[in-house]
Amino acid sequence: MTDLTVNICGTDLKNPVIAASGTFGFGREFSEYFSLSRLGGISSKGLTLNRREGNTGIRIYETTGGLLNSIGLQNPGIDEFIENELPFMEQQGTVIMANVGGNTIDEYIKAVDKLNETNIDIIELNISCPNVKKGGMAFGIKAETAYKVVSEVRQICKKPLIVKLSPNAEDIVHMAESCVKAGADGLSLVNTFSGMAIDIKSRKPIFDNIIAGLSGPGIKPIALRMVYQVSKAVDVPILGIGGIMDYKDVVEFIMVGAWAIQVGSGNFKNPKVTLDIIEGLKEFMIEEGIKSLEEIRGII
Amino acid sequence: MKEGYREVIVYSNKQIASNIYEMKVVSDKDELRFEGKSGQFYMVRGWESLDPYLSRPISICNIEEDRLTFLYEVRGKGTHLISTLESGHSLEILGPLGNGFNINIKGNIALVSGGIGIAPMIYLAKSLHANVDFYCGFRNEIYYIDEIEENVENIFISTEDDSKGYNGFITEILKPEQYDVIFTCGPLPMMKRVVEMCKGKVRVYASMESRIACGIGACLGCTIETKSGIKRICKEGPVFYGEEVLFND
Repeated sequence: MTDLTVNICGTDLKNPVIAASGTFGFGREFSEYFSLSRLGGISSKGLTLNRREGNTGIRIYETTGGLLNSIGLQNPGIDEFIENELPFMEQQGTVIMANVGGNTIDEYIKAVDKLNETNIDIIELNISCPNVKKGGMAFGIKAETAYKVVSEVRQICKKPLIVKLSPNAEDIVHMAESCVKAGADGLSLVNTFSGMAIDIKSRKPIFDNIIAGLSGPGIKPIALRMVYQVSKAVDVPILGIGGIMDYKDVVEFIMVGAWAIQVGSGNFKNPKVTLDIIEGLKEFMIEEGIKSLEEIRGII
Repeated sequence: MKEGYREVIVYSNKQIASNIYEMKVVSDKDELRFEGKSGQFYMVRGWESLDPYLSRPISICNIEEDRLTFLYEVRGKGTHLISTLESGHSLEILGPLGNGFNINIKGNIALVSGGIGIAPMIYLAKSLHANVDFYCGFRNEIYYIDEIEENVENIFISTEDDSKGYNGFITEILKPEQYDVIFTCGPLPMMKRVVEMCKGKVRVYASMESRIACGIGACLGCTIETKSGIKRICKEGPVFYGEEVLFND
């Protein structure tokens, strides 16, 4: 019997495939294409304490092997999420991660405090969104700053706490160690890489915010390297993210130490890509005689 | 459940003006017919590799029984690759997506297009059961007019180089007060002008364009500002009530 299940911070996932924050909304759009119960889990669109309208100007710009985005954390805010989106997510029969961003430690704490009272399974603390001026990523660059926000959130957080790391951190391993020391139950990595693009005719940046976040298959080798390094340094579950397009990418991430993975930009190429990945992974495990993911986890 | 990307076969794909192509696709499954309203679009992918990464949104130009027509302009690598597909080749499409035009409107209707904005007007003119006039502006070369002729009363043409019809912009010859409703698709400045001309007098519905990543409303990459907040072009649109849209320059 092939076992795709994995336990992340006390929560059982039926398989290691999670839809990544910011690429899957709250699942509604994708539920028109397949039953979300097939997924290991869904990480919600990045939530902030208060509603955010997001960034102006161009928000998506294609690159070779991926795309830059500057959405700017457009989201309905925690209260509206709890009232209008969470009831839908709860009915889907999959694990719910609430991805939480913020500009200040106080905002993170207030948002997490509200989520404490809900049925969400896991909180994914986003200290790494590059698209919000002065916020988010400021916490994801220096390990000391990250330590402070994670440890303060940890004190009030009643849910399993996963911290989503930025690849733009000064030192990804030191960052990971600091977050675990501060009380993170798990880590997800990586968020998007800071990038930019220029309109050479108008001689202006493509994005109003100038700097945007790069994702897609082009970043996979770097993400894989970072998961490899971090998995050697910490003992908590790691969710690998970065340009995953098919089951082979998933196997690579698991072999370098990821417990589960998240699919982000892949959802844009094909709304049913997660299903293809789950099926492909299962077939691969049968072919290779792999009975559980644990057998291949971190073998590199 | 909606179907995801599905394979279709190129029936024909030909250049009809500079950078403008008409592609007809058929299904490889006999029982499968194409669905969609005018103003809706499909995400189109005609290559195996991950470069270009994203599929291309192309509006429905026409649906005839088992045949779906796309009229598209080659603007970059993706549309160029689509233009190279020969008859018999396969490609993947996802759709129909978006809301489309309301075709149940009666009365005197004007369709106003600029350039490749003519594409959704073909199927729109065919779908409407009303008195329809068609205003189409082109920069220089005119194309595809004969495809709409039988479904409209009058056709007004403008070119910017005086090669055919009125010399100037199409908005300069549009008389909004003659109509109950106007549907428009084309460059942003043109649609903005149409909405301004009709403000408080005639209802305008505009089909908006944007870079689109997922096409299904998840990524929030194709949003526009409206009087009632941020809206997704691929989901709440691409057709919006003109006076709702905040046309930013």
